[in-house]
Amino acid sequence: MSAGREILAPLRRYPSALAGLALILALVVIALYTLVAIPYPKALELWRGGEAWQMSPVNARPVWTAWLAGEDLPGTRVVRSSDAPSEQQDFDGVRRLRIPLEFDYRHTAFPSELNLFLSAPQGARDAFVRLTWETPDGRYIPLGGHQVSGEERISLSQDWSLEQRLGRVPHVGLLAEPGDPSAPAVVQPGRYRLLLDAILFDVDANPGATLAADLVVYGRVAGLAGTDHRRRDLMVALLWGTPVALAFGLLAAVGTTLTTLVIAAAGVWFGGWLDALIQRLTEVNMILPLLPILVMVGTLYSTSIWVMLGVVIALGIFSAGIKMYRAMLLPIREAPYIEAARAYGASDARIILRYMIPRILPVLIPTFVTLIPSFVFLEASLALLGLGDPLLPTWGKILNDAQAQSALYNGYYYWVLEPAALLMLTGLGFAMLGFALDRVFNPRLRNL
Amino acid sequence: MSDAPLLEVRDLRTWFELRQWGFLRVGSVRAVDGVSFELARGEAVAFVGESGCGKSSLARTLLGLHRPSGGEVVFEGQDVAGLAGAALKRYRARVGYVQQDPYGALPPFMNVRRLLAEPLIVHGVMDRAERERRIRAVLEEVRLAPEEVLHKFPHMLSGGQQQRVVIARALILAPHLIIADEPVSMLDASVRVEILSLLRQIQRERELTLAFITHDLATVRHFAERLFVMYAGRIVEQAPVDELLDHPLHPYTQALLAAIADPDADNASRQREIPPGEPPSLVKPPAGCRFHPRCPHAIAGHCDRDEPPMLAPRPGHGVACWLHE
Repeated sequence: MSAGREILAPLRRYPSALAGLALILALVVIALYTLVAIPYPKALELWRGGEAWQMSPVNARPVWTAWLAGEDLPGTRVVRSSDAPSEQQDFDGVRRLRIPLEFDYRHTAFPSELNLFLSAPQGARDAFVRLTWETPDGRYIPLGGHQVSGEERISLSQDWSLEQRLGRVPHVGLLAEPGDPSAPAVVQPGRYRLLLDAILFDVDANPGATLAADLVVYGRVAGLAGTDHRRRDLMVALLWGTPVALAFGLLAAVGTTLTTLVIAAAGVWFGGWLDALIQRLTEVNMILPLLPILVMVGTLYSTSIWVMLGVVIALGIFSAGIKMYRAMLLPIREAPYIEAARAYGASDARIILRYMIPRILPVLIPTFVTLIPSFVFLEASLALLGLGDPLLPTWGKILNDAQAQSALYNGYYYWVLEPAALLMLTGLGFAMLGFALDRVFNPRLRNL
Repeated sequence: MSDAPLLEVRDLRTWFELRQWGFLRVGSVRAVDGVSFELARGEAVAFVGESGCGKSSLARTLLGLHRPSGGEVVFEGQDVAGLAGAALKRYRARVGYVQQDPYGALPPFMNVRRLLAEPLIVHGVMDRAERERRIRAVLEEVRLAPEEVLHKFPHMLSGGQQQRVVIARALILAPHLIIADEPVSMLDASVRVEILSLLRQIQRERELTLAFITHDLATVRHFAERLFVMYAGRIVEQAPVDELLDHPLHPYTQALLAAIADPDADNASRQREIPPGEPPSLVKPPAGCRFHPRCPHAIAGHCDRDEPPMLAPRPGHGVACWLHE
């Protein structure tokens, strides 16, 4: 308690330490919030992609980029049949439905896509829907008829014949002022309507049968983080990347530091052949390249983040740190208080763990703190090389996706900048705290 | 029982092997070389000698920190040399150790309560209240106010207080023998007598045996009953303290006594009989009497050839010197 206060009190004199501490605290809060808000199985399911994201736009920018650029970019809008004034007529076991899906569109930019999601009861005969698009200036554009069985998605944007008729891609052509297709398209502001004329069969057997329709007008901005090429909200990966990065960095730093420390202390204490063996192992290990070995393990065995963590720790045990700790521990081995401990019968393990290691622990804290982000970066580097965890969303995997989709070439700069900014803030936070701790624990560095 | 000596040391040798390239034996440092003596229960003795004479090696061998190369250390009827495991641990509880440098002797990252609890934890006192009771009792015994020092770290205490804590730690396992290796040489002159008196008083109260290691002949008269003079790994003279200081027989003891600082200003210019040369090499000690190269009275052909046995020219006074044959 008092020892903790002794460390924290001088930190107050370093504004950088407080800023670093605040950054780390913010990351921890985000991590904790994420673990509660998006439980692990849900995060995995969301990141697997698919149906959960079918109503999200592809590669939409974050909302705030539109504010910053002063552009009027549309968000995604869903027009649901349950809110629409439907009309219904029954005769001879056949039900006729008339559903007008209406929405106002007054943005200067066009939507990124148009999709219609239909859900009809499944029976002996499929339901039939005829679609008509009505523009604010009163034009009627027939969009053809569709047989609907169960869940059905009608991709208006990918309707090739419609595109031929309009002379533009449908999500532009349907909302543009009529005119020369070769001229730049201009949005016709006003109220649009998609009219669904549906016929359901065999309603006698199923009196509640109806047709559910959702018209999705995909926007060009989505959420605070934007979306990727698979419509996934990047926020999921940005949020989940925080606990993964912190856990990986912290576990790797703790794992390597503690094992290295105990082994170095055991070598110093027992001396002789054990010390010699540890030194030789360290020297061999120091010339082994970490990254290629990790790439090899990832390629041949498994890219699970926990396997990688294990390999990082295993290779970190006999790292150069052993040499440093040995140099620090050698004089402590001869300290009179250790001799006193032997004289009252303390065991070897007790002397190593309770008398030698605590003596150098304070000096190691700054090194330890600055070690954490280096492991976070290592994880991101592995993910960028395509050796990221196959299931978990992480910052490195966002970067990997962004690179694979040529994000910068396509102008999706947010895709790269967001995870990069989080990585940099993590590094910055731990570095600022670590350097300040170094000044606290190594008084020789003060006032320099 | 009380007549049997607490500690009997017979022909004790502590040699440190010198190795080249990690495995070639090229000789030994004979730090302790054929030392014999007995300590009775409840007596205070002092070992004196200059630096490098083997006093500290002797202390460490008695504490079980060095394995003796030969000879016997019999403590309460049990040979200590071969002890290991639980038996060695039990022996260590019976022998307390007070070190020279009180600040170095205390782990700097433990407060007083914690560092005094350590020996108790090591020896299986798991009851927290029992530990606290014993810690407070022993702190009061060394005249420290428990409330004042329990929560303090060693650097927050004065040198005298630190040494009291070291003494308290040596006492907390209720030992029968305390070995104090130059307990006051690193302290301010003002607190030396205080600490020595405290040790002596505790020794009398607890009726334990106290072995001082010191090079300070000036204070030894007041704090020890018997005196052993060591030179080059051997005991050269032993006697009750007054007898030895008033009638030194060995030329080395005489030289040591002559070297004591004399506050009388009239004597400032007086030439003293100081033996020339340095203490001999412990790797290749001189043949015969180890003091003969420096001895002003050495008998050529005798002292440099034959090792003098422990002679007793006066009752209770032993000296290893051919001059007193």
